[in-house]
Amino acid sequence: MSYQVNQHGFYGPYGGAYVPEVLYPNIEELQQHYQHILRSERFQKEYETLLSQFVARPTPLYEARRLSEEIGARIFLKREDVCHTGSHKLNNTLGQVLLAKQLGKRKIIAETGAGSHGVATATVCALLNLECCVYMGEVDMQRQHPNVERMRLLGATVIPATSGSKTLKDAVNEAFRAWINEPEDTFYVIGSVFGPHPYPDMVASLQSVISKELREQIPAITGQQLPDYVVACVGGGSNAIGSFYHFLDEPSVQLIAAEAAGKGIETDYSAAATFLGKQGILHGTQTLFMQTPDGQVKEAHSVSAGLDYPGIGPQLAYLHHQKRAQFVAVTDKDALDAALLLSKIEGIIPALESAHAIAALRQLSFAPTQVVVVCLSGRGDKDLETYINYRSTQNVFNS
Amino acid sequence: MKISNRLITTFQSKPSLLSLYITAGFPKLTDTAVLLKELQKANIDFVEVGLPFSDSLMDGPTIQHSHQVALENGMTLEVLMEQLDSVRSEISYPLVLMGALNPIFQFGVERFCERCHQVGIDGVLIPDLTLSEYQKKFKKFYQKYHLAPIFMVTPRTSEERLLEIDAEGSGFLYVMSSSSTTGAANKTLSDSKEYLERIQALPLQNPKAIGFNISTREEVEFAHRYGQGAIVGSAFIRRVQQTDASKAVEDFVKELRLN
Repeated sequence: MSYQVNQHGFYGPYGGAYVPEVLYPNIEELQQHYQHILRSERFQKEYETLLSQFVARPTPLYEARRLSEEIGARIFLKREDVCHTGSHKLNNTLGQVLLAKQLGKRKIIAETGAGSHGVATATVCALLNLECCVYMGEVDMQRQHPNVERMRLLGATVIPATSGSKTLKDAVNEAFRAWINEPEDTFYVIGSVFGPHPYPDMVASLQSVISKELREQIPAITGQQLPDYVVACVGGGSNAIGSFYHFLDEPSVQLIAAEAAGKGIETDYSAAATFLGKQGILHGTQTLFMQTPDGQVKEAHSVSAGLDYPGIGPQLAYLHHQKRAQFVAVTDKDALDAALLLSKIEGIIPALESAHAIAALRQLSFAPTQVVVVCLSGRGDKDLETYINYRSTQNVFNS
Repeated sequence: MKISNRLITTFQSKPSLLSLYITAGFPKLTDTAVLLKELQKANIDFVEVGLPFSDSLMDGPTIQHSHQVALENGMTLEVLMEQLDSVRSEISYPLVLMGALNPIFQFGVERFCERCHQVGIDGVLIPDLTLSEYQKKFKKFYQKYHLAPIFMVTPRTSEERLLEIDAEGSGFLYVMSSSSTTGAANKTLSDSKEYLERIQALPLQNPKAIGFNISTREEVEFAHRYGQGAIVGSAFIRRVQQTDASKAVEDFVKELRLN
């Protein structure tokens, strides 16, 4: 059983590259060269050096003792939040921008939801001296204003996406349209395991550094060869695939993907694609996403801008299809409570996205000795305002 | 297997064809039929009917907006098929249906092709349907239901691929005059001269229709130097939005045509 992409760019029924003819040369160029470049000695050397010196890898695996007591299992946090720029996103942008440079591209474009991917892209463009344009939903620009300013400080241009729901999905649309209008020298750095083949596989390979490190850290730190569980949040799914990657062929390791339920999967305000989605074609790939019966894309809702996307990557859709990963839906409220809990008992303020993975622990039952690894994909600085507001509403109710 | 339908015979029998793009269900849900009938009166050569999609990557702001309005009006593929069914007997020109892949995929590929045939659609253009996916899943149904597969080529399509696409397409080859979304303001048709000359020199089996960056009579004439057809999209959608639908057609077609 292989969970990896086949030679036609598919994961079972999911995947493929559904792009308009105008982008065909870009996609074909990437399909032909990505594996060769990613495996080349020149790329590997530069990537690994920068991962260590610039990104600050390897990131620690930390035994969260108080959280373990609270949950009733041995909980370990993979600390992607301590990466430079505050999330796992840099693993991917560093690799893609290095690759773009080798392909001779001059301009980088990217979409961003919460701003983490935008900041990570702008950071690498500053480092490697490339022009950078980031597309961001107008609503998200307001929700995540400090990240907008961060990107500008780093020399990037931030362009508001004013169509549709003005969030991540629309930022992706605008980035694709910008690429269509200027395909020659431009490289589109997609921030998740999404989009036309080879993006899902390329991003998964770059993020797989997370589980590659876990394979070394787990025996040394937990005393077990393999974890019993790996838990990660899923928007498009890049930190989840990165965390699962080197455990996919270890059937004893249970893989848990926490999707954003928003206000609940029974409401119209959700982003849980495996619960509410249907197979279809969106943003160049065949996968599961939320849509109307006549095939129009539905708007997602999540308190977390990074999970506010109606679909999941094709490889994750396949893991769902094959029942290799278990998907759980975490509401806005449960994620917010988990963020406050982790801050208070572990001294770690997590990103709202990562808080969904923490909250998912409550939906599972563990034996006390089981080893559970949670990918803490990012830190919560960008979400402070949301946390402060949430706490103040709670205090009103409590008093 | 060669198919025959109105689109193919139109290209065989008339020189210098003019085509307009309309968004189904825009500006009002019932305007699809109103516009199609007016276009008949204006003696249009063929029409592209756009099925609206919430996330159309190929479209600039003008057509995106029209899609959004049409969807809010309640346009769906099912509704469009019913509208076309009731208006088809009143129009004699060929119809090309243009739309994103997902709504068609959800409708069901064979069911879609069968319905297209029933309501008198002659050609289908799905910009995000790749050639290989067409061959695998669509081709047999297009043939069964006499639909002409319309494919786009762009200034970036290699000569080898262009010939491959030409061999698979029928009706006409949709030549995008530039790499852009629809209605891009920063590109002009005359900049495409070199590319259009290059395509003209190729031994293609299909006639060509030029689209993108065409909004004036001069541009229609320029396009006709390189292709049998000229397609106008965003400029017409803007006009339809500004004035009464029936008035828009008569004036606009007059402006674009000498005769």
